[in-house]
Amino acid sequence: MVTDYLDGTLPDPAAKRFEEHIAGCLGCQTYLNQIRRTIGVLSRLPRDGLGDEGRETLLAALRSRANTGSAHG
Amino acid sequence: MTALGPASRGSFGRAGARLSTLDVVAADPPVQRPADASIVARLRAGDETLFAGLIAAWSPGMLRTARCYVDAYAAEDVVQEAWLAVIAGLDRFEGRSSLRTWAYQIMIKIARARGRRDARSVPAGSLSEDGPSVDGGLFFSGGPYAGHWRSLPAPWRQPEDSAVDAETRAQVEAALDRLPERQRAVIVLRDVEGHNSDDVCRILQITAQNQRVLLHRARAAVRAALANYLEGR
Repeated sequence: MVTDYLDGTLPDPAAKRFEEHIAGCLGCQTYLNQIRRTIGVLSRLPRDGLGDEGRETLLAALRSRANTGSAHG
Repeated sequence: MTALGPASRGSFGRAGARLSTLDVVAADPPVQRPADASIVARLRAGDETLFAGLIAAWSPGMLRTARCYVDAYAAEDVVQEAWLAVIAGLDRFEGRSSLRTWAYQIMIKIARARGRRDARSVPAGSLSEDGPSVDGGLFFSGGPYAGHWRSLPAPWRQPEDSAVDAETRAQVEAALDRLPERQRAVIVLRDVEGHNSDDVCRILQITAQNQRVLLHRARAAVRAALANYLEGR
């Protein structure tokens, strides 16, 4: 249910009940906030790319494909 | 959360390019995608600037997702192979899903096959993938307090708006490494890479229900690991 709520896919009556519960329950409030913060950290993890060599290989593959295919203009 | 993720800020939209790669890679609408058709046409024509932009934008996410199935070295191979397969298969792209989802589907197939081939040792966590939710122990399951918190989750010692330090990120990375494969793939695609749930279901070939359960368990496990680290001082 927490997942649905965060996704925004809980139907309105259920979402309302969920929010009413959260308002009165410190444990669930804390838990929900901690899930949100966890997602926040996940969304900011470093992201390494392919190296230059890898990229050059791929660009060469594209080039050669286009050249092979361009016989008919 | 855009599909790119906040860390991806390449030099997109070079002079002369009618289409900004950023526009294309960030948008993933479920309706007809003229932008994708235009990209495919330009790739077929050999547009290396555009291709370099796609590689820069999508490879980080593809690498991280591949890491759910193979080690870091193999992940580079997998993503490289995936891009080559994308180029080779351009004529077969039908536009039923977005170009990015299609590229990810190709990558996942290669990653899984490579994972099986490399026969990674299965971490202990994988065995309990279909068991009860990791949250089970947080609540009383019976008695007069059934459904109530056994003890309240302790507040975390870092204030909410503080910058996330390297050690916190390392804890989260370690928690991701310990997740069963399918939970890890879902949480990486959803929360690290920002794909929406429909695309994740298409990429991993799972039902919406599966996706929800896997995501919930994965988030609960990573939260628990963070809680352990942040409360434990």
